[in-house]
Amino acid sequence: MTFAATLKNTLAKDQRLEWRSKDAINSMLFFALLVVVIFSFSFDLSPEESRLIAGALVWVALLFAAVVALNQTWARELRNSVLDAYRIAPAPLESLFLAKTIGNFIFVGVLELVIAPLFVVFYNLRSIGPVYDLVIASVLGNWALVVNGTFFGAISIRTRSREVLLPLLLFPISIPALLAAVNATTNTLTGEGSVYLPLVFLAVYDVVFTTIGLFLFETVLQAE
Amino acid sequence: MKSKFAVFALITFGLLTWGLYAAMIGAPTEATMGPVQRIFYYHVPCAWVMLLCFPANFLASVAYLAKRNPLFDAFAVSTAEVGVVFCTIVLIQGPIWAKPVWGIWWTWDARLTSTLVLWLIYVSYLILRKFSTGGPNPVLSASLAIFGCVDAAFVWGAIRWFRTQHPQPVFGSGPNSGIDPRMLHAFFINLAAFTCLGILLVWLRFMLEQARQKVEEAHAMKALASPAKVAR
Repeated sequence: MTFAATLKNTLAKDQRLEWRSKDAINSMLFFALLVVVIFSFSFDLSPEESRLIAGALVWVALLFAAVVALNQTWARELRNSVLDAYRIAPAPLESLFLAKTIGNFIFVGVLELVIAPLFVVFYNLRSIGPVYDLVIASVLGNWALVVNGTFFGAISIRTRSREVLLPLLLFPISIPALLAAVNATTNTLTGEGSVYLPLVFLAVYDVVFTTIGLFLFETVLQAE
Repeated sequence: MKSKFAVFALITFGLLTWGLYAAMIGAPTEATMGPVQRIFYYHVPCAWVMLLCFPANFLASVAYLAKRNPLFDAFAVSTAEVGVVFCTIVLIQGPIWAKPVWGIWWTWDARLTSTLVLWLIYVSYLILRKFSTGGPNPVLSASLAIFGCVDAAFVWGAIRWFRTQHPQPVFGSGPNSGIDPRMLHAFFINLAAFTCLGILLVWLRFMLEQARQKVEEAHAMKALASPAKVAR
């Protein structure tokens, strides 16, 4: 199969499976909702204060919730040895990686769409900067999380502890992306400071880690 | 091999002793900071060994992925472990010095933060190695090492650009500003001594890892020879 066909078929298969069973998306949404509620119980904030910290809270909630979907990505393929079938199939493995990443990007994107209004309601948020900056930040930040998450998911699925290991590998690597995403979000919400620099940083981060991921994915999947 | 190691260990031990004397007795007490400044003779050399180990780990990981020679993997794990040990020492020494001099244990200053994140990345590398005994672990950990090393560059930028800058603590006259030659002397002896200590530890760990690889291989061969015992 060609690169595009594998990509399309894998992506369609994953989406169909997920939207029928809703395993990952339901637990992810509920988990994120819990994080939002617990945070808003823990802090009692004025609108100005919430503008300052909401950016950090929303990204921490997304990071934690995304792990749920990322763990599902490859765990699903262990049943019936689908992962082994992928490994011997004469299809380009890079397209499998890209399909999984795009799939996770959609799931976390849906999560962002649900979480954002909740934050606006619970924290009485009103952005001072333009909203499209928030959209760009959420797209770039989302990709940064899922591209590394999908790759490390493929690593952690090959180890003894599986699900436990993914956040331990993913979080340290994600620190720079998280800092940039939080910075872009907070600067937009407060209308102070540059948004351009963190967004460019995130874009470069995305390009670099997508490239390394595509480059090393076959090595990791075929590791004996 | 063993005699060379013993000779090198003796040299290292001698250098460390000389360094201890030079740092504690030979060098004069610093005027503003007092005796606590002497931690510099250990702090900087430890950071230096750490900065030698992590790039070595990256190169060994790339070499392993390219050649698949277990020697490179043994070298990668040795440098990562020794690097994490020295990074831990640096992170502990820092606050010990900072509290009396700056008045605070910790500040989210660029260098401190990036050292801490570097430590986190390499600890996650060691955790991955720990969790995946046998099987595909060298390839997986080598890939993680490459991600970690590229990430270190991003950490460096992110922390400088996106962390709110806290008030910078005032440094006392650093080692470069009109330093007493005896201080410089103590510093360079310790730098040499700790570089040797780092090499010695990596060497030791490397031999240990090679032995472990041989034992594992022997177990695998034995299991192949007598399939009945594999279940145990």
